[in-house]
Amino acid sequence: MAEKKIIATTSLAGCFGCHMSILDIDERLLDLIEIVEFNKSPINDIKKFTRKCDIGLIEGGCCNSENVHVLKLFRENCRILVALGECAIMGGLPAMRNGIPLKECIEEAYLNGITVHSNTQKIVPNDPELPILLDRVYPCSDIVKIDYSIPGCPPHADLIWATLYSLITGKESDIPYEVFKYD
Amino acid sequence: MAEVVRFFIDGKECMAKNGDYLLQAAKENGIYIPTLCHYDGLKPKGSCRVCTCKVNGRLMTACTTPIAEGMMIESNTLEIEEMRKSIIELFFVDGNHFCPTCEKSGYCELQALAYRYRITAPRYPFLFPLKRVVADYAKIIIDHNRCVLCKRCVRAIKDEMGKSFFAYRRRGQNIEVILDKRMSDRMSFEIALEAENICPVGAIMAKRTAFTTPIGYRKFDKITIGSDIEKIKTK
Ligand code: SF4
Repeated sequence: MAEKKIIATTSLAGCFGCHMSILDIDERLLDLIEIVEFNKSPINDIKKFTRKCDIGLIEGGCCNSENVHVLKLFRENCRILVALGECAIMGGLPAMRNGIPLKECIEEAYLNGITVHSNTQKIVPNDPELPILLDRVYPCSDIVKIDYSIPGCPPHADLIWATLYSLITGKESDIPYEVFKYD
Repeated sequence: MAEVVRFFIDGKECMAKNGDYLLQAAKENGIYIPTLCHYDGLKPKGSCRVCTCKVNGRLMTACTTPIAEGMMIESNTLEIEEMRKSIIELFFVDGNHFCPTCEKSGYCELQALAYRYRITAPRYPFLFPLKRVVADYAKIIIDHNRCVLCKRCVRAIKDEMGKSFFAYRRRGQNIEVILDKRMSDRMSFEIALEAENICPVGAIMAKRTAFTTPIGYRKFDKITIGSDIEKIKTK
């Protein structure tokens, strides 16, 4: 049998929905595991790259300094980088803050929002450990070169499967109209 | 009786009434030419450029080009289709089109065209322009993030005197659709719904109507835009 392809995945400014959709390939997970091995990924909880990978799946765009760091790390370590889902492709829901100044966003979240009840000391988190928020949310392709994109919020499991299958085997997949969606 | 002329689209012999617009004439011959700004029954505008074809070797918008005897038209060619695709991609980066949160998702013609062309991501960088959402009208919301400036609303939505509810204001990059304040107060719910439906995207939304149809049952969930025209049998 051919050598297994190595896959890495990560969730940046995403909601983990795209990762859930990977799991939605259901019993095909068994087929997948025959032909791939997972490296750095929240699925197996491997935190650091231990080798170069064939395919990197990126969920989410870049909303903070850590996202940018991880995305660059993936670009360095993955031969093919795939933007998985609307947030990775165009910023998605987090990018809806792009027209609002960062200061206003933070004040709304921690000080003025109608659901802010317990922050009586009016603390805005600023621990040095916390990644710095960027001025706006950036699509992955604004930061590094992205080779392929899988649209959807989250992408349909069949679309993820078809893409992975094609990337791994080099064979074309037939993608039905119904599974190619942006929502 | 109107004179019938013969013309060719991608080598296929077609017939139509002399002077009919190419977009319509193609449709009658079972050929779909994609468009965003055109709406059947409205005077053509030619603003979106999606329907661009090569007519006798020159680029023309099909919605504004009257057909004539012997015309040779290229529509479904690699060159033209690739150009249309790039125009659709430009619309996506030029506004703020957040499909996952949009009330019109599944009904949006811009989205449906992108599905037809299987656009995974635009080739151009997203601009994230600053746009307003205006919600202080009685019956509708105008979300300028989504407007593609097709002018369908201005052209179609009129009162019983023939006066348009909507208008353009400003020019160039700053152009935007507005609803006349006094007319807005007189707008009925039916007209608001009509405006929502005439808008190809989710820029005009009648208030308190969104998300009534489950995903999977919306207009373009299962059906490719234009496939109804392509199914028409020609004699
Ligand atoms: S509001 Fe809708 S119908 Fe009016 S110009 Fe914009 S996209 Fe076209």
